[in-house]
Amino acid sequence: MTTPAIPVTTTGPRATPRLGGFNRVLLSLELRRMLRNRRTVFFSLLFPAALFFAFAGSSGGDERVGHGNVSAYVMVSMALYGAALTTASAGSSVALERSVGWSRQLRLTPLHPLAYIATKAACALVLGALAVAVVNVAAVLQGRADLPAGRWLACALLALLCSFVFAALGLFVGYVVPGENAMQLLGPGLALFAFLGNLFIPITEGSTLWHVASVTPMFGVAEISRAPLTGELPWYAVVNAVGWLAVFVAGAAWRMSKDTARG
Amino acid sequence: MNQTSTLSPQSATTRPDVVRLQQVRRTFGDVEAVRGIDLVVRPGEVVAFLGPNGAGKTTTLDMVLGLGRPTSGTVQVLGLDPRDAVAQGRVAAVMQSGGLLKDLTVAETVRYVRSLFTHVRDVDDVLARAGLTALADRRVGLCSGGEQQRLRFALALLSDPDLLLLDEPTTGMDVEGRRTFWNAIRDDARHGRTVMFATHYLEEADAYADRIVLVSGGRIVADGTAAEIKARAVGRTVRATLPDADDATVAEIAALPGVEGVDGRGSSVVVHGTDSDAVARHLLTRTAAHDLEIVGRGLEDAFLSLTGADERTPA
Repeated sequence: MTTPAIPVTTTGPRATPRLGGFNRVLLSLELRRMLRNRRTVFFSLLFPAALFFAFAGSSGGDERVGHGNVSAYVMVSMALYGAALTTASAGSSVALERSVGWSRQLRLTPLHPLAYIATKAACALVLGALAVAVVNVAAVLQGRADLPAGRWLACALLALLCSFVFAALGLFVGYVVPGENAMQLLGPGLALFAFLGNLFIPITEGSTLWHVASVTPMFGVAEISRAPLTGELPWYAVVNAVGWLAVFVAGAAWRMSKDTARG
Repeated sequence: MNQTSTLSPQSATTRPDVVRLQQVRRTFGDVEAVRGIDLVVRPGEVVAFLGPNGAGKTTTLDMVLGLGRPTSGTVQVLGLDPRDAVAQGRVAAVMQSGGLLKDLTVAETVRYVRSLFTHVRDVDDVLARAGLTALADRRVGLCSGGEQQRLRFALALLSDPDLLLLDEPTTGMDVEGRRTFWNAIRDDARHGRTVMFATHYLEEADAYADRIVLVSGGRIVADGTAAEIKARAVGRTVRATLPDADDATVAEIAALPGVEGVDGRGSSVVVHGTDSDAVARHLLTRTAAHDLEIVGRGLEDAFLSLTGADERTPA
């Protein structure tokens, strides 16, 4: 054995990153990943806009509803649908990253778990906003939607806020269904919820189907998102939204704690 | 070897130990994965943590990284709590199965992880060291197992850590990938980084480590240079062709001085013992044996005898 040519050194103490590692590079790379996923882009950005043109373009779009018209009503519904898909996709990606071991890799860095969640939430927010914006721009271009500007904005913001219920659902399903299959379940699942949540076709109020639909997860948030337009907010819609949020958060937390205990 | 274990008195007093494990135990339910390990790793050492599967290697490395906590005992890294050492980027690791994001490119992955540290090296520098410059724009999902492992190595180099841990780093790699990978590690360690790697490949421990810590059943069963470990298993093996060996012949050989074991396999006989000359003389003069072969025990025999011995002791 010989002595090393370069003396052995150990570095001194070093600083840990600000904000637990939350930073712009991370955010932009995470966004880029989501936009790189063709399925996400198609189903959450293009598909809802296409549905808007299909539904709002039919006759009756100019019919009055509350403070606006049917075209605006469809716009809010589709914006919520698109935003729900993006946030669900963001939620399931957290679970996917855990299952492939990326979270373990990140645990070897100074990244704080809260900063990681904040990054994911920020991405979901940006993409959710994008999904809402695409449908809203489509409505402006189509030109038939009618709603006072303040209420229009309120609807868009509420749709974005409400879509976070599905981030929790995405996280939950991502843990239950291993790997990349989560979105294959969430896609049709959310379409079914959207149908029952009165987002696609109006269900006759008081019918048996309506009673079943009123307890499904997208029903409440849809009513809330459209409240500035319709001018009414039924109590059962709020109970529905809060209830499902609690269920999804509890489910995700339950699976997450099991996962952490194992890993 | 260019690397030396810095065991000189000066280094021991002026620099903190890189790794210090004291009476570390770790149990999972009823299973005792680690049963009392004491270990000190000094700056600049390249230490192999060698042992069969289930010996407690990964569990121990996880505790050094703060991914798991000891059930009892203490773990210190650079004089710090392991999680603090990780948070400061002073310890990094290439894990056996640490996941990567398939939808990022190699360079993006490096930029992603780089953004999390305060004390960092250049992306290009790190890619070059890991031999990934040409693959910078390739999607991780399209990289081979060896290339992905080099990427994990690049990620580990980003924070310029004082200690680099490698857990079975070449599992699933082909011979060429393995050699490229170890060359990159060796080149890097030459600059004085302390390296500790777990492996169950004897050749790897022998070829790349200055010091081998042999673990079995959650305990350290030997600790020293490869030569020292080999010396632990004394004796030689005598192998010969011996047709029609009956029980009496085998018993006679077994009764020779220093013989530890006789194994009659069809038309050949294998004798382990400390006095190979006596065995050889007996075989050639008193029996029909021919084609005699005498071999010293290698690291593999030391490994088997030291780890196998432990398995026989009750848990």
